[in-house]
Amino acid sequence: MSKNNLERRIWSEGKTPYSAFWAGGDNLKSDKTCETTPFPIQPAKSAARIRRVRSIGDRIFPRFTLILAVLVLVILVGIIVILFLDAMPAIKQFGLSFFGSTDWDPVNERFGALPAIYGTLLSSFIGLIIAIPLSIGAAIFLSELAPAWIRSPASFLVELLAAIPSVIIGLWGLFILVPFIRHPVESWLGDKLGFLPLFQGPPFGVGFLAAGIILAIMITPIITAVSRDAMKAVPDTQREAMYALGATRWETISRAVLPYCRSGLIGAVILGLARALGETMAVTMVIGNSYKMTASLFSPGTTIASKIASEFSEASGEIFIGSLVELALVLFVITLLVNIIARLLVWRLTTVKVEGI
Amino acid sequence: MRKLLRNLVTPVLLAIALVTVLSACSTSPAQTTPSGSPASSTTTTSTPPVSSLNGAGATFPNPLYTKWFDEYFKLTGIKINYQAIGSGGGIQQITAGTVDFGASDGIMTPEQQAKAEAAFGPILHIPMTSGAVAVIYNLSGIPSGQLRLNGDILAQIYLKKITNWNDSRIKALNPGLNLPDQPIAVVHRSDGSGTTYIFTNYLSKVSDEWKSAVGNATSVNWPGDIGAPGNAGIAGQVKQLPGSIGYVELAYARQNNLPWISLQNATGNYVEPSLSGTTKAAEGIPLPDDMKIMITNSTNPEAYPICGFTWMLVYVNQPDKAKGTALANMLWWAIHDGQKFTTPLDYAPLSEDAVKKAENQILSLKYQGQPLITR
Repeated sequence: MSKNNLERRIWSEGKTPYSAFWAGGDNLKSDKTCETTPFPIQPAKSAARIRRVRSIGDRIFPRFTLILAVLVLVILVGIIVILFLDAMPAIKQFGLSFFGSTDWDPVNERFGALPAIYGTLLSSFIGLIIAIPLSIGAAIFLSELAPAWIRSPASFLVELLAAIPSVIIGLWGLFILVPFIRHPVESWLGDKLGFLPLFQGPPFGVGFLAAGIILAIMITPIITAVSRDAMKAVPDTQREAMYALGATRWETISRAVLPYCRSGLIGAVILGLARALGETMAVTMVIGNSYKMTASLFSPGTTIASKIASEFSEASGEIFIGSLVELALVLFVITLLVNIIARLLVWRLTTVKVEGI
Repeated sequence: MRKLLRNLVTPVLLAIALVTVLSACSTSPAQTTPSGSPASSTTTTSTPPVSSLNGAGATFPNPLYTKWFDEYFKLTGIKINYQAIGSGGGIQQITAGTVDFGASDGIMTPEQQAKAEAAFGPILHIPMTSGAVAVIYNLSGIPSGQLRLNGDILAQIYLKKITNWNDSRIKALNPGLNLPDQPIAVVHRSDGSGTTYIFTNYLSKVSDEWKSAVGNATSVNWPGDIGAPGNAGIAGQVKQLPGSIGYVELAYARQNNLPWISLQNATGNYVEPSLSGTTKAAEGIPLPDDMKIMITNSTNPEAYPICGFTWMLVYVNQPDKAKGTALANMLWWAIHDGQKFTTPLDYAPLSEDAVKKAENQILSLKYQGQPLITR
């Protein structure tokens, strides 16, 4: 008898009681036969049927999920291919100079990506600088310090902030935040720190600073939520060990909790950055949409996403459309790079031993 | 390993098949359309009742078109679906033959025209109404219509050559006004737009410097400061930023009571934007038969200088007799009875001259060489 058969027998015997139960009333009525024959035939039959049904499910299900998985990949590859094909006229026309040129002149069909790339990176960078301390601080409070009755309502409110549609944040930014940035913030910065190139130029309100602040508001909830979860996942034994050594609360958090969940925190920041890079509507409303590269945070600029959203519907001509699609390709590559760097960082940090304990 | 491969083959094939079927579905309407026939239905039997027409294009006339098509449905029972996807989109759709008519605030470029005509033959620009672009500003204490500018100075402001409100050239035009020592913040549309097309067309006509440095298009390389999305975006910026200047559709400026400038027209008169000034812009000047003309900087003494037609784009050779007849009848109605809906919605009615030219265009529509309607 082969091993396979043996397994099958064990399986069917093992399942007999369940099969008898599933087979329903008929078996329950035939109690007497059960007493006389230890292995009634009927339950064994239904067990075989169930097994057949199961094995069909087992055969179909993996293939079905495989189709779905392959479809996802096909969609991804399809997007890249279509982007490449549509961007071809611009790639042929401009080559590498596309990345170094600061032109965006639909009349003479001269296009370059540099100001858009610069604006995308700068506004996201400002957003991160503001959002990281804010959200990590909030996450520490929510996971380590807050009294229990505050924790869940406060976390809920933070997540609620993430649910606000970006166009609404954009409108709020345009009508509430921008005037506020123009008057007290930019005029004060211009007065006191105007000698720095960062804070020169007329205070329009709209510009990189406004875009960065809007982005910070939009990515704070996601960074807070993810880093709070990462801190919650730190085993209590870590904290208890620190306390046992006589550490204060601050020492426990800074030496045990934060280093332990470093990779989680980096993941949180990268998730936020990915959202900031691709954010379109809110940024379009407050960044001022000027295709310029200046060091001043006060000056209007543009991002890749807002440039595409603004101009795609009315773009005409192969080169113009191709340039917009090539911008999309650039954004695709930037987000890809960000994700790869994040993955590498997380790998490196998880393989290196936690220091400071 | 072989088992793994065998397991992989079916799903991969299935996935590819699915994708192919999907993409075939999405492209088939364009492919199955016989050449020389935009959006034809396959029925070629004698004039079945037409229940609907499809159009797409400019957003600027959308409120008027919506009203028109609603009224026209009540009159005739013909449903007209209009998608306001922008002038560029309208041109693309009619070129691809996916709609019965396109709509645009700008004239098709020679390349666009060549592409469309290569596909389906000659294409007409039939004027439907005209609109004006108001230049709005934010200067405290100077009420609407009081500030006077001319085309050259407006161009200099948008070129960032004049950067302060107390510039002597602005003062010279406004001796009675107390202009502040305040930098001018220039606001423009960040999205491609027919409004921008008309505005930059005007600036190109009045300033050679503008024409060579920036030019005329739905989206240009702005020297100026701030880009804002849509009429509402510009109005929002100008309202809250002291010292700013921007441009919006006249309808939008009127409905929101935005202060606008009086602009010197080609004959030297200062004119506030108005519907009558817009209609006048097309009067007393020679209109070409194909109506592909920008009426900016009109030589009519009462004309407001920044205005333009908005057109429907229609192929001369209609592929389907019933649909073509319905389309021609609708166009005829729009340029006659439809004109009474323009003024209440802040659009300018067509001038008599323009209506006559449009009539001739509509009468020239054909099905297999035969005119579709006669009057």
